[in-house]
Parts: sequence; structure tokens; C-alpha cells
Amino acid sequence: MTDTTQDSTNGADADGTARTGSAPTRRSLIGWGGAGLALGAAAAGGAVAMTRAGNDVDPVGADTGAAVPFHGPHQAGIATAVQDRLHFAAFDVKTDDRDAFVQLLKDWTQAAARMTAGHAVGEGAYGGLAEAPPDDTGEALGLKPSRLTLTIGFGPSLFAKFGLADRRPEALVDLPAFSGDNLDKARSDGDLCIQACADDPQVAVHAIRNLARIGFGKVAIRWSQLGFGKTSSTTPDAQTPRNLMGFKDGTRNIAGTETERLKKFVWADAKDNDGKAAWMTGGSYLVARRIRMNIETWDRTSLQEQEDVFGRDKGEGAPVGKAKEHDKPFLKAMKPDAHVRLAHPDSNGGVTILRRGYSFTDGTDGLGRLEAGLFFLAYQRDVRKGFIPLQRSLSRSDALNEYIQHVSSAVFAVPPGVRDKDDWWGRALFSKEV
Amino acid sequence: MRAVRLSVVTAAATAAALAAVTGCTQKSDAKNGDAIQVTAADSKCETSTKTVPAGQVTLKIENKGSQATEVEIVFPDDRIVSEKENIGPGTKYTLTAEVKAGSYEIACRPGMKGHGVRQKLTVTGGKVAKRDPRLDKAVASYREWAQSEADSTIPKVKTFADAVKAGDLEAAKKAYAPSRVGWESTEPIAESFGDIDPKTDTRADGLEKGQKWTGWHALEKALWADKKIGDEQKALAGQLVTDLTDWQKRVGKAEITPTSMANGAKELLDEVASGKVTGEEERYSHTDLSDFKANVDGAQKAYELLKPVASENDAALTAELDKQFAAVNKLLDTYRTDKTSDGFVSYDKVGEADRKGLLDAVNALAEPLSKLAAAVVK
Repeated sequence: MTDTTQDSTNGADADGTARTGSAPTRRSLIGWGGAGLALGAAAAGGAVAMTRAGNDVDPVGADTGAAVPFHGPHQAGIATAVQDRLHFAAFDVKTDDRDAFVQLLKDWTQAAARMTAGHAVGEGAYGGLAEAPPDDTGEALGLKPSRLTLTIGFGPSLFAKFGLADRRPEALVDLPAFSGDNLDKARSDGDLCIQACADDPQVAVHAIRNLARIGFGKVAIRWSQLGFGKTSSTTPDAQTPRNLMGFKDGTRNIAGTETERLKKFVWADAKDNDGKAAWMTGGSYLVARRIRMNIETWDRTSLQEQEDVFGRDKGEGAPVGKAKEHDKPFLKAMKPDAHVRLAHPDSNGGVTILRRGYSFTDGTDGLGRLEAGLFFLAYQRDVRKGFIPLQRSLSRSDALNEYIQHVSSAVFAVPPGVRDKDDWWGRALFSKEV
Repeated sequence: MRAVRLSVVTAAATAAALAAVTGCTQKSDAKNGDAIQVTAADSKCETSTKTVPAGQVTLKIENKGSQATEVEIVFPDDRIVSEKENIGPGTKYTLTAEVKAGSYEIACRPGMKGHGVRQKLTVTGGKVAKRDPRLDKAVASYREWAQSEADSTIPKVKTFADAVKAGDLEAAKKAYAPSRVGWESTEPIAESFGDIDPKTDTRADGLEKGQKWTGWHALEKALWADKKIGDEQKALAGQLVTDLTDWQKRVGKAEITPTSMANGAKELLDEVASGKVTGEEERYSHTDLSDFKANVDGAQKAYELLKPVASENDAALTAELDKQFAAVNKLLDTYRTDKTSDGFVSYDKVGEADRKGLLDAVNALAEPLSKLAAAVVK
């Protein structure tokens, strides 16, 4: 499952007939990671292309050590060029004191602003009073900012606390059960989440570790997931990353420069939710799914079947019958249950999400199988018009389902960005005025 | 393991040393003026002065040697006043300690071994750091309390040992957990002695090669896993009483400082987080929650005694600690077998989700508790 194809988005592309090859080729990303599907879509391509002004031109991100601005109308870590590593943590709230929780959000915001700029938390990791543990844990000393982004989200269960019930956006729905789900409750849901992405894994882990430490007594980590190897990109890139099945997937993700598509499919608008969740304006909705791959059985599947399952060739990543990865797919040439075909926007009424998933390998399980797969992350303006219809279609028919299983699930309302140094994560939600 | 600051320090042996150290503090930004420059190398240890006034003494250490070194301020008989281990080649470190008047040596130990190279240091008259009399009182009260815990433990240990010697499996099992409470509540003191803890409280996984397994946990395994009492167990029970009587006699002489009390409280919570919550401590008897409660009680005792001073320095911290101690105790109460009993449910009956709830509560307490020592000395 999973995947969406992103490509679709602009209808135009989609129909465009032969855009294939045209200049802009950018691979958009796909990712099956996105949900897998994207692949197919790839074709859409044409349109998007863009190179972002400035440093986005380099697909890898010109300087992987640089700092990403923390303040802005949207939180960084969504449309931001995808970094190489992930540490994603979900938290449960452990206090019923609203003031204490708000203070935590302020403390977290301050720490996040420092860490994303490449600074240590608080008074630093050394040099303080010898009797006290240092404020910062120290393992990121000497490392570059590594494009660290920290992105907070609020889960449905948070709105049952602190008198927030009437502020829950309608778009923040509880996900329905999908066919084939085998969800572990202990690794699902959460009152809050923080997504830490960075090019250096130690920088991402340091960020979550220090935020968790600041949170003791107010929140406790419920579960967390490490990811390596991005499976999607929000930078029109030369390479569509491959997932652990060895395929390029999700070639036509929304790029960080595509203002119109972001506005249409990713950022919440003041008018959304009948205007009753204005505090979410500029925010987005995140779906996180841990998708385990049956790596060993997949690896003994014939090449022909693997390619049929995806609807692409393994080497180039071209859709069935086409020559290049970004050629527009001819969906009818694919098997009816091919992943690309089912995930393509054309098969889903234009449904488009922004994928930001990562591969994961948590060692092996008790049976010696690789505990590996895709940690799927997708941002959208409304889950009811994004992940849900897409996954409904995929969970029903995708040929890939024989090789994957969704084992955890969570959904979060990701508030708008922190505007300046006086602003803090969630201010609009916890303040009377938006 | 050795730390820069000894936490509840080794008792009798170090008693004198402790007297010299009053909550030694170290800061990296010591004033240059009165600091002693210490230049350590592979075969030398140069100091910029041989005489300093009593009070806060600062060593600005630079390792110009080719290997890591360790620098200490020591009494002539080698007892350590303060030290810094593992100063790498080419690095600098500032060590600060409160030192009373007297004769000392500064020792540089290249490779962190051997006698090292030494220089005399004379600390003259002058001001001696004065401690808040309320902290002296806190230490005295804590020592008294620790002694009373030890005193009341001995009869309980004898009850346990007698049951073992009588071959009464059920009575021995019943007396096991209560015999450990006083020990667990004052454990940092016992551990500071160094030689008693390995004899009485070693777990199967803590045995070193060739070490004979003695103490509570060897008996725990016999009672719960092997379900039999033989001559060997009867001998172990007698040995346990002997070793703990030794402990009881030494507790009163333990040298304790306000800092070591605060750090000891935090260490008790560390014990809970790493040994009790996981069920490793009492893996056969599953009486972990009894130990857990004793650890928390011991930490709370030290905290309550330090609170008058700590609350003046950091009222927000003590308010948080009050709240989190209450939360942990309230949560533990839900695991009592009945409201009036000292007994707790068997830990093997506590599921993963509940264990996480216990650990969350311990973390919520231990994090602010780690800041207590600073609030006491600041």
C-alpha cells in the first residue's frame, strides 16, 4: 500500500500526452515511499519541474551541512528538500496541567530553534556547574547543522485533553481500518509527534533525545522510528530514490517550489473545516505508517513478477512500455493490480499527497527476517481527500500487498510555522485568538 | 567506577579526606589569577606554585604528554581530595576543589596508572569554606536515619536467615523481600563501602569469573527457581547475617556530604530505572516493587532533608520534585496487594504497558532530581 502516486497532480500533466521527455524532466519523486505508487506517475512530469531558486538547484541540497531556517509561515520539514535521515517520535502527554504543557511547548520551541541552527540546548553540554547534569547531551558537538528540521504535530487524542475538544479540525479524522492492516497499538498513534530530519543521523537523534529529556514529567515517548535513505524528494532531483524493494517509486512528488500545488494539496487554508479550525491555517495533516516489507519472499520473486507488481522496469524505473523513468505512464498497459497504476492520480480522481517517507531496517526479527520496510510519511491538506481514498484503493487491490504489511499508523495535525522568536509551537491552538 | 566527586564517600577510610572537601565544585571558567597552572607530560608534572591559601583551589591543567593523564589532589597517604581522569593529550581541563589547610600533593599520572609524578602542595590557614549549618544538620539527620534503617534491618535479616537455616521454604520466601528494604533505601551508602555490596547484593549476571556467589540473590534463586534449601544455602544465610552486621556497624561512620546525599537520591532512581523496572533485580522472586518502593523512600528521605536549602535556591525545582514524588508514590500504591499491606504484586504479573507507566513516572522524577545537587550547593 501505500503509495500514492503523486504525480498526478496537475491534471494537466497528467493528460498531457506526450510530455515525456520534455525538458523538465525532473523526476519528481515518488516514493513509494510514498506510497509506493508514485511510480507510475512519474510521467507527469513535465510540468513541475523546477528548480528551486537558490540552493535547491543542486539535487542533494547544495550544502548538506547548512542550517534550514526554523521560523516561517509553514513549519520546516514538509516542503523542505528531503534530508537523508529521520528520527520520528510520538509522545503521550503525562500531565493534566495545561500551563505546564504550554510551557513545555515554549521550551521545546526554544530548544528546536537552537538545535536547527546548530547550537546546543540551554547552557550547553559542558562548562556548567559540576554538580548538575549539562543541559545538552553533547553528542552533536562539532557536527554541522546538517539541515536539521524539527516538525511538531498534534494527534487526535490530544484534543480530548486540556479543553481542546472544540478545536479539533474536522480534517483530523481517525483513520479507518484498511484491509490487511495489522497494527501494533503500542507503535501507533500518540498525542504529539516530532519529526526530526537531518543529513547526519546523530544530529536527528540528538534532537529527539534532548526534546524527550526536556519533556520528562510532561510527556513521555510512546514510540519512535529511525529512518535512513529517503524514499521521496521534494526537490526536483536527478535521481528518484529507490525503496528497499529496489524500485524507484513515486516519481512525481510535490516539489518545495511548487507553490500552487502546495497550496492546493498540502497547506491548510483558513476556509477549510468550515472556517472552524483557523488556527491550522498554513499547517498540514500528516499520516505516518510503518510498512513492513517481506524482504526475503520479495527477493526470491522473479524479475518479471517484480516489474509487473510495480508496473515499471527495475533498471531505469520506466513505466511499462516506456523508455525512461519520467515518461508518462500508459496505465492500461500495466496489469490491473500494478502498484503504479493503482496509485496514480489518474486512478484516484487526482488525489495528491506530499510524500516524505524513509526506509528503515531495525535489525532482524526473532525469526531472522530483516525487520525492514518503509516508514511512510505523507502530508496533505485534508486526510479525507488524500491518504484515505488512496489507501482504500491500494489496500483493496494492490499486487504489492502480498509483500508488505502496514504495522503501525498515526495521524497528526501539523500546525503552521513559528513566525519569529516570540512565537511558539501550537500558540494559535492554545491561544484564544488565532 | 571513580567519579570526579565521590558520591557518598567511602566511609572510614576517607573520612579525613572528606573533611577537607566541602562540596567541591568545578567550573571551567575559574579566574586565572589564583589558579595553579599544572603542566603534565609523560614524565613530569610541573606546578606554578607550591603554596596556596585554603578555600577554593583551582588547577588549570594542560596535558602536554603523548598519552591521556589523570591529575589528582591527594593527601600524603594517597587518599584523593579531588581528581580528573582521562585528560587527553593536548587538552586542558580546569579542576576546582574546596581544600582545607594542610599538606597535599598534586599527582599527574600519565597513562592513568601507577604512582605518577608528584609535586608538593601546601594549603595555608586562611578562610575555610563555610557550609550552611542547615546542611550540616541535614547530613547529621540523614546519617542518623540511615543508621536506624540498618539497625531495624538486622532483625529482619535474621528472621530470613533463620527460616533458611530451618529449611522452611515458605517462611524464607515470605521474609525475603522485607529483609531487603532497609538496604535498598540506603543503598548508595552501602555501595560506597565497595566491599559489602558484592558479597550481599550481587545478581547472577554480576558475577565475575571465579567469584563465589553469595548474598540475597543466590538465596533468591535457591528459594524460587531451584525450590530447595541445602547445607550450602544455610551457610549462605549465616554469611549474609555476618556481612550485613558489618554493614550496620559501618553505616554510622559513612562520610556523607550534602552533594553526596543529593546524588545518592538520584542514584536510587537510577537503580529503579535500570534494574527494577526491567524486572532484572528480582528475577526469581519478582519482588521488584518492594525494592522499588524502598529506593524511592530513600531518595525522598534525602530530598526532604535538603529541601529547606534547595527550595531557597530553586523553588520551581522543589515544587516539581514534591509533585513527582507524590505521583510516583501514588502510582506505586496501586500495586499494593491490599491497602494496608506492605506487600506488592508480583512483578511478573505487571505487563509491558504498566511497566512503561512506571518508568515514565520514574523518569519524570529522576530528571528534576538530577538537578538537586546543584540546587543545594549553588
